[in-house]
Amino acid sequence: MSPRLPLMLKDAGLTAFVAAALGIFIVGFRTVDTGGGKGLSFDYHLVDLAVAVVVIFIGRLGLSLAANGQRWPAIVLGGAMMAAGASPMKLPSGFLHWFVAMGGVLLVIRAVWPWANDAMGAAARTPSGVALGKAGAKWFGWLLLAGAVLMPVMPFADQKTMDLGVLILTYVMLGWGLNIVVGLAGLLDLGYVAFYAVGAYAYALLSTQYGLGFWTVLPLAGMMAALFGIVLGFPVLRLRGDYLAIVTLGFGEIIRLVLLNWFDLTNGPAGIGSIPGPTLFGAVFAETPPAGKQTVSEMLGIAFDGNHRLIFLYYIILGLALVTNLFTQRMRRLPVGRAWEALREDETACKALGINPTNTKLTAFAIGAMFAGFAGSFFAAKQRFISPESFVFIESAIILAIVVLGGMGSQIGVVLAAVLLIGLPEWFRDLGNYRMLAFGLAMVLIMVFRPRGLVSHREPSIRLHPAGLGGGG
Amino acid sequence: MTPSPSRVPLIEVEHLTMRFGGLIAIDDVSFAAHQRAITAIIGPNGAGKTTVFNCITGFYKPTAGRLTLRGGGEFLLERMRGHEIGQKARVARTFQNIRLFPGMTVLENLMVAQHNKLMRASGWSILGLLGVASFQRAEAAAVELARLWLERIGLTGDADRPAGELPYGAQRRLEIARAMCTEPVLLCLDEPAAGLNPRESAELNQLLVSIRDRDGIGVLLIEHDMSVVMNISDHIVVLDYGRKIAEGVPLAVRNDPAVIRAYLGTDDEAIDG
Repeated sequence: MSPRLPLMLKDAGLTAFVAAALGIFIVGFRTVDTGGGKGLSFDYHLVDLAVAVVVIFIGRLGLSLAANGQRWPAIVLGGAMMAAGASPMKLPSGFLHWFVAMGGVLLVIRAVWPWANDAMGAAARTPSGVALGKAGAKWFGWLLLAGAVLMPVMPFADQKTMDLGVLILTYVMLGWGLNIVVGLAGLLDLGYVAFYAVGAYAYALLSTQYGLGFWTVLPLAGMMAALFGIVLGFPVLRLRGDYLAIVTLGFGEIIRLVLLNWFDLTNGPAGIGSIPGPTLFGAVFAETPPAGKQTVSEMLGIAFDGNHRLIFLYYIILGLALVTNLFTQRMRRLPVGRAWEALREDETACKALGINPTNTKLTAFAIGAMFAGFAGSFFAAKQRFISPESFVFIESAIILAIVVLGGMGSQIGVVLAAVLLIGLPEWFRDLGNYRMLAFGLAMVLIMVFRPRGLVSHREPSIRLHPAGLGGGG
Repeated sequence: MTPSPSRVPLIEVEHLTMRFGGLIAIDDVSFAAHQRAITAIIGPNGAGKTTVFNCITGFYKPTAGRLTLRGGGEFLLERMRGHEIGQKARVARTFQNIRLFPGMTVLENLMVAQHNKLMRASGWSILGLLGVASFQRAEAAAVELARLWLERIGLTGDADRPAGELPYGAQRRLEIARAMCTEPVLLCLDEPAAGLNPRESAELNQLLVSIRDRDGIGVLLIEHDMSVVMNISDHIVVLDYGRKIAEGVPLAVRNDPAVIRAYLGTDDEAIDG
């Protein structure tokens, strides 16, 4: 036994005591209205509290052991916690099972982490490991793409999965769009959802008022959003860092408030309904065709299936997202893309090199806004109903979180982060109200283990020596 | 090799004054710098040297005075906006505390310096997006210019490394190369030898002399390292408390009593305490 053990026990005891002292008011009891105006009474949950305190004691002890290099005891403790969480033993609430099990999982991960790290580092240094890493980095994106293209024909692709797929891809596209502004040009934009709203309302209004189709409005919505980007960007892009963030935050709110209050145009909080969906060569996705139109199932001579519409939407957003990605990749290799990155690194130096900072920022802002506009009109066509409630600040925050967690400027990182941030809360729906806790935990873990985002590697936009030769490539 | 007074100067600074509130940082300073010559600005700390640079390169708007640049046209620098001075008048500068793009590679740093030329070639990105051949040729030429400069500063092997990873001396040289990639007519160097060891300092001297003789442009130099200043300058301007106290060839400046007084203090001051 380690001579440090008494110290660790004391530390774990202290942690458990603090947890108990804090938890007694939060978890220990709650006040219940006894009804009939007789006042309040206490409803005690002391067993919950006791279980939590024990778990915290064991967890803290395990962490100290792991930190002192005693991995096996820590793994055993973690394993015991996982077993307890998964066992049929009756704990007072389902959440406690999760709490105990997840605590065990984290403890085991913490204990195994140094080994895994060393092993991965050693493996990556062997020649085959280097080759594998290179090939992996090269093929990973293509694999993801193949998976995304084939997803609708997979056996597990039921309506729920496809819905989630469309949702994730929408955020991937928004993430890639915002990546131009935040990741490449380094402009902290907290009001990105405003351009998404402009695109959505542009399609909703033009289609319901003037009967224009999705494919006609799509470019118009993008241009409209880009125009808004320029109009907003021109006065505010002189600001730097935090100041810009605050102004864009305000702009996002202003757009939402205008949508909410300009009743004649936007129908206010009631929103705009019965927005037509996208058409395939003029044919609509419906069981019975509206007057003068053809349904897709008639056109193709196949039986009607409600899923067809969803699959079609899935491929539209996949296509839009890919266009965003290819465009961005291409821009990065052009002088303007390099100027964006240079601006992010040092604006003063850019000025000294004769680069016009305002114009360069404006192009980034407008192009980012344009893609949000595309995504917005897709959103309106998919939902068939939009209201200002869809464009609240939390949306901007989630898109920004996707970009930051993915690794600023990394395209593949955005995909991973979107899957994690949008997928996780959906998959953890069984957790009920605690799913946001899992969401928060995932974010904290990413920030602890990968402080520069999931993918922090930056591929140069141009090379003098081909990759892999000299120059530390 | 003092430039003869009959030659038209590359940049003429006339009655330059810069006030910050009540503080007069530069007080009625006039001097000129020539093409194919290194003009050093020296002076004790706080003499206003960097302020002169900031006025020339558009980071400050001078309170009064005129800055005329004659190279590929005549430009009144005090009337131009910050980035236009680099873009149109072709004045390039480096900074006292190095300002590279640390996350970008060495080559990318040199490509960013050729931004305006490449932007025109890429048809403001439209032709570039389409991958037009004329843009690809322009880009290849830009890479070639960058390669040339990498050879001159001895960083060819490090071209694809992030600039922030380079050792200090290499970063200094890279910043000069980046400024030169803008193809300037006037290069302003703010303490390029600061923090360099004697060997690196000697290499820097060679680089600056080659910029003067091979590229034939004008160099304005702020420097504290007298081994650099006295060895390579053709003309020296001495500032103290925002005023010009002396001007001339290195030997004359070195023996000027006003300069010695400014650097070492006067007898009067010593007595007054």
